[in-house]
Amino acid sequence: MTSVIFEERRDQVVTKGEAPFRISCDKESLAGAVSQRACVFCGSRVVLYPIADALHLVHGPVGCAAYTWDIRGALSSGPELHRLSFSTDLREQDVIFGGEKKLERALIELIDRHGPNAAFVYSTCIVGLIGDDLAAVCKRVQEAKGIPVIPVQSEGFKGNKRAGYAAACRAMFSLVGSGDTAGISPHSVNLLGDFNLAGEIWIIRGYLERMGVEVVANITGDGRVADIMRAHGAGLNVVQCSGSTMELARMMQEAFGVPSIRASYFGVDDMAKALYDIAEHFGEPKLMERAKQVVREELATVYPQIMEARRRLAGKKAAIYVGGAFKAFSLVKSFRLLGMQTVLVGSQTGTDEDYQELAAITDPGTVIVDDANPLELMTILKEKGADVFVGGVKERPIAYKLGIGFCDHNHERKLALEGFVGIVNFAREIERTVLSPVWNFVPRIGGAPLGARRAA
Amino acid sequence: MLLRHTPKEIGERGALTINPAKTCQPIGAMYAALGIHGCLPHSHGSQGCCAYHRSTLTRHYKEPISAATSSFTEGSSVFGGQANLLQAIETIFTVYDPEVIAVHTTCLSETIGDDLPQIIDKADKAGKIPPGRRVIYANTPSYVGSHVTGFSNMVKGMAATARKSGQKNGKVNVIPGWVEPADMEEIKRLAALLGVEIILFPDTSGVLNGPLDGQFQMYPPGGVTMDELKSTGDSTGTLALGEWCSAEAARLLDTSCKVPCRVLEMPYGLKATDRFVDALRTIAGVSVGDEINHERGQLVDMISDMHQYFYHKQVAMAGDPDQLIALCEFLVSIDMWPRHVVTGTPGRAFEERIRQITAGLPYQVNVKAGAGADLFLFHQWIKNDPVDLLLGNTYLKYIARDEDIPLLRFGFPILDRVGHQYFPSVGYKGGLRLLEKILGALLDRKDRDDPEQSFELVM
Repeated sequence: MTSVIFEERRDQVVTKGEAPFRISCDKESLAGAVSQRACVFCGSRVVLYPIADALHLVHGPVGCAAYTWDIRGALSSGPELHRLSFSTDLREQDVIFGGEKKLERALIELIDRHGPNAAFVYSTCIVGLIGDDLAAVCKRVQEAKGIPVIPVQSEGFKGNKRAGYAAACRAMFSLVGSGDTAGISPHSVNLLGDFNLAGEIWIIRGYLERMGVEVVANITGDGRVADIMRAHGAGLNVVQCSGSTMELARMMQEAFGVPSIRASYFGVDDMAKALYDIAEHFGEPKLMERAKQVVREELATVYPQIMEARRRLAGKKAAIYVGGAFKAFSLVKSFRLLGMQTVLVGSQTGTDEDYQELAAITDPGTVIVDDANPLELMTILKEKGADVFVGGVKERPIAYKLGIGFCDHNHERKLALEGFVGIVNFAREIERTVLSPVWNFVPRIGGAPLGARRAA
Repeated sequence: MLLRHTPKEIGERGALTINPAKTCQPIGAMYAALGIHGCLPHSHGSQGCCAYHRSTLTRHYKEPISAATSSFTEGSSVFGGQANLLQAIETIFTVYDPEVIAVHTTCLSETIGDDLPQIIDKADKAGKIPPGRRVIYANTPSYVGSHVTGFSNMVKGMAATARKSGQKNGKVNVIPGWVEPADMEEIKRLAALLGVEIILFPDTSGVLNGPLDGQFQMYPPGGVTMDELKSTGDSTGTLALGEWCSAEAARLLDTSCKVPCRVLEMPYGLKATDRFVDALRTIAGVSVGDEINHERGQLVDMISDMHQYFYHKQVAMAGDPDQLIALCEFLVSIDMWPRHVVTGTPGRAFEERIRQITAGLPYQVNVKAGAGADLFLFHQWIKNDPVDLLLGNTYLKYIARDEDIPLLRFGFPILDRVGHQYFPSVGYKGGLRLLEKILGALLDRKDRDDPEQSFELVM
């Protein structure tokens, strides 16, 4: 793998066990790299867009709105306004003379027609450059229309996706605290960092309901503006996908004293731990009792199915390259549960702390990588003989070209992977791709076809 | 009803686009650049642009899409992107080793005012471009035109590499426009059948419809070579398919290298393919052989076999201007009736041409291009005047579902079906495929909806 890694990136690709673990991360991508990373706007957009009763207006040329039009499959149980694509579609004239008037007209027209409960206005690269005063326009329209109109400072070039998450958190924070918290149970939580892909947040809410814990606000999957406004009344923030919403939890802690815990709903261990942690936080024995009961009931259903899948998957090798590192922790554990070994794990935006933890939970020899490019990924996949690759949209065809199975653990997830039922779905997805007969038809460079291996 | 937020009443619309029927320039430039052999497209802007374009192209082609980015930061937006591009050129040639880098700009670098030719020249003088390697470019400001404009600009950038040696090469340049890899293959096959040597550019066949062979190739075997592009200046003539996609490049070859050009409509359907074949025949001085006549006859045969099912079926179509014009003509020629036609790409000539093609219909078609021409308006038109068939990209599926109208997927992007990579829509063979798909959509619907007593076995 040595030849394809840039000199400058040498300390961003590390093999566990070779030396004391040190990785360099959270640095800007090298200009000219075929990076798999995205921009600030992308970060803000994916976090906020699942708020289904809000208007999401992208202020910029049409592309930014077009490419993010309903791409994430964040499900709503009610309004579908978030699945439309609204853009001020800035033209050359606007770039020269400014886009504020256009933005104001667009906002008023949309608010009048659709009657949203709030409006988010996303700034893009060009807006940052021409200097439109987004905040002033938003303030004027907010006063005229009587709904929160919130600027999201998500100029694409002002950092990477993480900066976009932070901008989204600041935007949401401006809503928090304005709603009535009367009647909220002391045993109540907000679910942060779940985007309800394939209906996942409904699964988690179901468990909490059975435990007797009230969910005040979904942040943001199947999210509603009014819920976020009263989110400060919840007893606890449960933060999944910490990269994206930890900042909001931190601000809520500071301003309203709402404590927070980190959680992951992927995999049996982490899911159970999340429920126990919530119960423990409230210190109410009944909650813990019911949490244990939920886990018991769920496990009784899923455990035999997991063992069944394990029988077929044991010994296979997995590679993981995802957006945020926190998800990778659960994936490593889930693969272990299925009897599989993780040979590569990496993320676009992990922090030093994240990578330390990855190093702690993986086996020696596992390659750990930050902000990879396709050549690196390909080389490592081949060297390590991975049977399945977990990644996002851009990685899928690379895996297939190499004759390796693939699982989308990102925007294009089709089955719920969270919760206890999620691990069964996950096992099914992995099985479906790893054991697919198609790989028998593929010449595998540097290795026998999977079919031959299986027979051996 | 996913689009329950779309009212039937068409009210005053301000400056705003809802559910766009277009996207921005750079993705078109990236697609065109992938049609050059050994080329790594490069996006001179923020990381997000490049990631979005790669993701969209990946979803459409289901192939790996490699492209690099200048990874702009706050500093670049203040001090200009020159340092980023210089570093990018060096990094790319050192690590990814392409034969050519095709740089396109973004709204950010355009507004900052980065001067691409000057920066590329500087890179060259500093020895950052290895011998025999090239860096070509196109200016693609996202706030002008659409993805089609960006495609055209990059194709023009390709034509700018042509040189006139004084020695004619006996070939014909064919600029196919934004069509699928399979269409490019089909155009090459038709030319070969005619016995005409052509230089096709861009040519994404063999790049974006490759086989699964156990390896990831950053530069698959297909694509027009830089030598071929250079030699387009020595060709007998140029056929540009599509005013919006291809004409600019052809006119540049005419002025810079005195290669005469003709601009034709894209060869979708019978009449446009006839004109294409005839133009190619004329320019090369050959005659049309039996094989092509046979294919043409098959297309006419299928139309005649099934013409009663096409009769006055109304169609709403959205997409890109060159494709819509040719398809519109094809539909009218088989007795179908275009009803609503929308493209987000600006161009008054588009509306005029569509009106001309549909002049014989008993109503005025709804047609709109550019500002305000989006899928929101398109849907409102359909609510007011329902149609039998939708034709356009995957984003039309929301309307198809809400209004319960069959959808024939055509254009870019197609995110939820396959086939466009492998089966051509251009030429007579492509016409057969289009008819098969139209009939499939209409007759499946008929089978589903006909009452029991009129449900037919034979159609």
